[in-house]
Amino acid sequence: MVQFVLPKGSKPVKGKTWEGPKEPNGKKAKRTKEFKIYRYDPADGGAPRIDTYTVDLDSCGPMVLDALIKIKNEIDPTLTFRRSCREGVCGSCSMNIAGVNTLACTKAITDVSGPIKVYPLPHMPVVKDLVPDLTHFYAQHASIKPYLQTKTAEPETEWKQSPEERAKLDGLYECILCASCSTACPSYWWNSDRYLGPAALLQSYRWIADSRDEMTPERLDDLEDPFRLYRCHTIMNCAATCPKNLNPAEAIGNIKRMLVKRGV
Amino acid sequence: MAEHLKPRPLSPFLTIFRWPVTMATSIVHRVTGVGLAGGLVVLVWWLIAASSGPEAYNFFIDLAETTIGQICLFGFTWALAYHAVNGIRHLAWDLGYGYQVRTADISGIAVIVLSVLIAIGVFAIAYAGYGGYYQ
Repeated sequence: MVQFVLPKGSKPVKGKTWEGPKEPNGKKAKRTKEFKIYRYDPADGGAPRIDTYTVDLDSCGPMVLDALIKIKNEIDPTLTFRRSCREGVCGSCSMNIAGVNTLACTKAITDVSGPIKVYPLPHMPVVKDLVPDLTHFYAQHASIKPYLQTKTAEPETEWKQSPEERAKLDGLYECILCASCSTACPSYWWNSDRYLGPAALLQSYRWIADSRDEMTPERLDDLEDPFRLYRCHTIMNCAATCPKNLNPAEAIGNIKRMLVKRGV
Repeated sequence: MAEHLKPRPLSPFLTIFRWPVTMATSIVHRVTGVGLAGGLVVLVWWLIAASSGPEAYNFFIDLAETTIGQICLFGFTWALAYHAVNGIRHLAWDLGYGYQVRTADISGIAVIVLSVLIAIGVFAIAYAGYGGYYQ
């Protein structure tokens, strides 16, 4: 359902401003950056808040994730976020940085002028701090059956695919399921109970476009629905925000065209 | 584990999200669509007034010629132009063209500029006395 404001208890209040870094001689650090970070602790019973941290850039790595880890190590060990590979291949550290959904590990601190605002992925239930609940998102991904489905007998060796057929999967298979696109999509904000969202639809198209998969008609049947597929109104936020530069909007457009073509 | 049962807060969205051009053009498309539905009522009013005789028609024209009336008519004209031009953009997408982020940004800005030019053009023609409006 369309809602424009946060429900009661979700609106962040002003939080704590943590003391800035000092050099060994006791003077204030020279090159610093302010981070305004969304905090929510389910155990303390309070509302979400925005805490302010100051990081010494002279002793910090270049990426926003480096700053978050530095804050957790040196300033506030209770700061909670997901991270793993630190090089943009795992999709764990997706969050909203300076208004854009992206990966903290590939977003340079110097890309943002002024204080850097860090929020969890938009319009999601928050487990703690920058950790959203992705249960529903993963269930939607599972619902599109993201694996090879065949009807013919298994070949003696592998399922063969020409280089040209394989090339059709470029720009589709690289998705790391970070959920940046789906949580950037207004349609997903307001209809995620029934709309699959750009990430799941991109993966659905990845298998529709796969020459080896033999369940294309069934996959298309499953998507032919006013909500599951057609809540996409080509707003393009998914493609604009994707940290891997993929284009879910185009993939969804391709699915829509396949549905029209088989109908006429 | 009472805390565990407490509903989780919803993370901020509209207020913290930086709007891409394409998000703005999409929302304006919907708003102008709603505006056109309202404008259609005014259009029907105008037609009914025209068929009801000089008195009803003059009453409508007197209202339309006020500053507020002119602003509303300009808004209606622009909404129609925007919705039509952006509709063509949607048709291009439906045919599979214009999905690159940069292309979509440029086409979005083009739609905004073009729709404003069309609305100003229509009003310029009307104010210049063509179309019989002021005759």
